[in-house]
Amino acid sequence: MTLKAGFSVRRLLRLLALGGALAVSTAHASAQEAQRDPYENFNRSMFSVNEALDKYAARPVAQAYDAAFPLPVKASVGNFFGNVGEVWGGANNALQGKPADAGLGLTRFLINSTVGILGLFDVASELGFERYNEDFGQTMAVWGVGNGPYVFLPVVGPRTSRDLLGWAVDTYVDPVSTIHPESVRIGTSVLRFVDVRAGLLPADKVVEEAALDKYAYVRDAYLQRRRNLIYDGRPPRLDD
Amino acid sequence: MIKRLLAVCLACFLAAPLFAAEAPDALIRRVSEEVLEIVRQDKDIRNGDIQKISALVDAKVLPYFNFQRMTSLAVGRDWRSANPAQKNRLAEEFKNLLVRTYSNALSSYSNQRIVFKPFKMKSGETEVLVRSEVTQPGSQPVQIDYWLEQSGDNWKVFDVVVAGISLVTNYREQFANEVRAGGIDGLIASLAAKNKSLEVAAAAKNGKK
Repeated sequence: MTLKAGFSVRRLLRLLALGGALAVSTAHASAQEAQRDPYENFNRSMFSVNEALDKYAARPVAQAYDAAFPLPVKASVGNFFGNVGEVWGGANNALQGKPADAGLGLTRFLINSTVGILGLFDVASELGFERYNEDFGQTMAVWGVGNGPYVFLPVVGPRTSRDLLGWAVDTYVDPVSTIHPESVRIGTSVLRFVDVRAGLLPADKVVEEAALDKYAYVRDAYLQRRRNLIYDGRPPRLDD
Repeated sequence: MIKRLLAVCLACFLAAPLFAAEAPDALIRRVSEEVLEIVRQDKDIRNGDIQKISALVDAKVLPYFNFQRMTSLAVGRDWRSANPAQKNRLAEEFKNLLVRTYSNALSSYSNQRIVFKPFKMKSGETEVLVRSEVTQPGSQPVQIDYWLEQSGDNWKVFDVVVAGISLVTNYREQFANEVRAGGIDGLIASLAAKNKSLEVAAAAKNGKK
């Protein structure tokens, strides 16, 4: 098993060019804030497909995982994947013009990869180096790219058009996507998916009970959450 | 005479801070500590005893919330077209929905740590944000922010924002759709039906035990 940290620069440039093209079209779309969900009918059917997949596959697996392993094991899995994304998160901070936070990402990666034994222990947080949640979709938002139409896809979940592209870039440069052989790569990706889904289990009941319309509740929560991340946790208040 | 008057004034001036309202961040800190202390010591609550949880929330949490304001924020523009009786019904149903759905979260509390962020308030401000973070091993800290407004001498919460998601304004689109379909009364009816179905589900669950 090898884990190549690098990624093809040419591949990234090609994606960025595509991003530029999409940026123009989504920036235009964001002008009509009222029309943020123009594909609602399509999205609602995809949402139902996802609900079924979740009910019969993802949630049961996540529940089994959650029940089978003690907290320290699950915490280590979460820490490991958090650490894997640390360098790319730092790169995004740099691309957003926040060099101090970018350096912090690298510091966290170095501390956790060494003292934290390949990222299994989040020593950096214990030392007071806070983790930042950054991705390429947020970077594009800081660059001025609008949300674009909202899309819901099975397995992928809710995304704005911009963040769908950002997610594609994140996946391209993801160290897990360079793991060989393929079986280990797929296994690792599945474990990450299960880890993420298990982390959302406590929210299931709340959303189920709180929502008058679950589709709209999830969509609006997602859009608020993204807005919050783009403003690094301090968005201006939106009131009428 | 003037001397005595001055003395009284001085006494009032010195005593004023003692009677001044509790600062918003101190209020949130005190209430969360009180509530979590009770949850820590009460096994029934951690096992999800709904009656005990709602008694705790009624006594210790609700007095510090302004549900009229919360409901007006959730309803948005249509709030103005509601008459006082409808406003009261809406606020009542919305309160029940929020209390029912979110007080259950107390039962899943297991020694997470709450860290309050530094709080700054300019003098004369009547709306402030108190920021906190809940941390637990292996997952990213969850940001929990409270918006408070000054009402008379006291501060009251009018919005809670979890991980950037306002529990109040997240209802705006759903509520607007209900109002578009059935007017204010339609929204009241939907909320009442939702609360009823949650009540029935909870009763069925308790009956099974």
